[in-house]
Amino acid sequence: MRDIVQLVIRRLLLGLLTVLAVSLVIFGAVSMLPGDAAQEILGQAATPESLAALRLQLGLDQPAWLRYLHWLGGMVQGDFGTSIANGQQVSSLIGERLANTLFLAGLAAIIAVPVALVLGILAALYRNTLFDRAISALTLTAISFPEFFIAYILILFLSVNLGIFPSISNISPGTEFWERVYRSLLPAAALSLAVIAHIMRMTRAALVNLLGLPYIEMARLKGATPRRAVVVHALPNAVAPIVTVVALNLAYLITGVVIVETVFVYPGIGKLLVDSVSKRDLPVVQAVCLITSLAYILLNLLADVVAIISDPRLMHPR
Amino acid sequence: MSRAFRLLRTMPPSALVGAAVILLYVLVAVFAPVIAPYPEREVVGAQYLEWSSEFPLGTDSLGRDMLSRLIYGARNTIAIAFLATTLAFVLGAVLGLLAAVLRGWVDQVLSRIVDVVMAIPGLIFILLLLSVFGTSITTLVLIIAILDSTRVFRLTRAVAFGIVALDYVEAARVRGEGILWVMRREILPNAMPPLVAEYGMRFCFVFLTIAALSFLGLGIQPPAADWGSMVRENATLITFGDITPLLPAAAIALLTVAVNFVVDWMLHLSSGLKE
Repeated sequence: MRDIVQLVIRRLLLGLLTVLAVSLVIFGAVSMLPGDAAQEILGQAATPESLAALRLQLGLDQPAWLRYLHWLGGMVQGDFGTSIANGQQVSSLIGERLANTLFLAGLAAIIAVPVALVLGILAALYRNTLFDRAISALTLTAISFPEFFIAYILILFLSVNLGIFPSISNISPGTEFWERVYRSLLPAAALSLAVIAHIMRMTRAALVNLLGLPYIEMARLKGATPRRAVVVHALPNAVAPIVTVVALNLAYLITGVVIVETVFVYPGIGKLLVDSVSKRDLPVVQAVCLITSLAYILLNLLADVVAIISDPRLMHPR
Repeated sequence: MSRAFRLLRTMPPSALVGAAVILLYVLVAVFAPVIAPYPEREVVGAQYLEWSSEFPLGTDSLGRDMLSRLIYGARNTIAIAFLATTLAFVLGAVLGLLAAVLRGWVDQVLSRIVDVVMAIPGLIFILLLLSVFGTSITTLVLIIAILDSTRVFRLTRAVAFGIVALDYVEAARVRGEGILWVMRREILPNAMPPLVAEYGMRFCFVFLTIAALSFLGLGIQPPAADWGSMVRENATLITFGDITPLLPAAAIALLTVAVNFVVDWMLHLSSGLKE
């Protein structure tokens, strides 16, 4: 038990170190801006005096490390600076949208994970049958499709031809919960397809890898049914790789939302990011980048911790 | 020649179809000016014309011929993805081999840098860098190549680490061969099968990433014909039940499916599974 606690703590510290390194990289990337932010804001209209004044206002006269600490300190306290494009607080721009994005990603995860796991287990159970091959070809195809293709196919059939779902996810703070689910269902479906394919393939691979081992053969020889061999004997040992894949794919949802939110004009941080990049609104891009990286690192961390905990060998050290 | 032919005969149908599709795309890309009925950037009719004998797939949002842009799009889209993938591969493979051969602090430094870069979601990092450096083809290719090389680095390093420990590499070192010789003549040929399969996968990934960026309006810029931007420019047609804007997306999908089929077969070959 102590081993596990030690491992988990070490992993958490490593995660913290990663977060710091990532924040440094993000800050460094933005500091590489040719010219600087003041020039970017003023553009052609810049006079030397106004440039100097704005630099002073933005704190650009300070050394880079001081600005980094200042920026990081602000981030920790929830102060993300002000947007260049419209002078609003970045935190107020992000707040509502982050909640919307988490709602969308959560909905996609609720659909995708159970479906993918069941399909993966079924494919491993009936491996090399027609069912398995069909699922394998289908998932490979789903992985190969660009997200916007899947999204537009869904729009074409379900919203234009059949008129079941709206093609634009019009969501405002006042929208009721079920109405919100209904309007987010199409983007969530577009998001979940690729995720289902990935998780399902890895679940199948993890299980099939185990099925060749002697202990499974032993289980079969003593009379366990194929289903029992897979579900009771193989599945517990496949938990670690499966959880890792699930976490990685939930992390993938973070980048997947960028495209899907753009297609469905969904008011989330993905759409905000794309708009800010085309306006070159660096404070917003920087903040969104840091927040998504944070979520990404946390999910990976969670996967590692679950993998450590799920390994029974660590529970009973010799 | 006969060996290539034998290899072709052992290919499963899915890989054969994949290879044929890839060949078709390459041919279309190379001979685009010959095949396309109209020039790439010329306005030849009214906006959003329907399919007709004059314009087989109609015209786009500016009145340019859809079919011609689709054909020229093969050129731009595939060429840029190919360039970025190859660059990523050269960079990642060289650094990965170096890390495996030299070990010590070189390996430590490179691996830690890669760890940090990979801790940031790829598409998001690309968007950040694009907003810093602006959207031009050169920056696009460089950014994607450098970020993607991290994955090639990891694979090459892992594969090469296993090979470096083998006796024949030791023998080459003992007889006084230099690092470059060991990397190129002893390790690389034996690390090739997984790397070739990885090349296919990375190509798909880079291709889809560029398509996504172009779709967002941040990748290949107009007036160059490109499949991602073509979907974006003409997307309004979909709300009228017209499938024309989906054709470029389908073109992207078909190529990635084809490459994936071939890669699947290669992975099967290199893993030596006879299942």
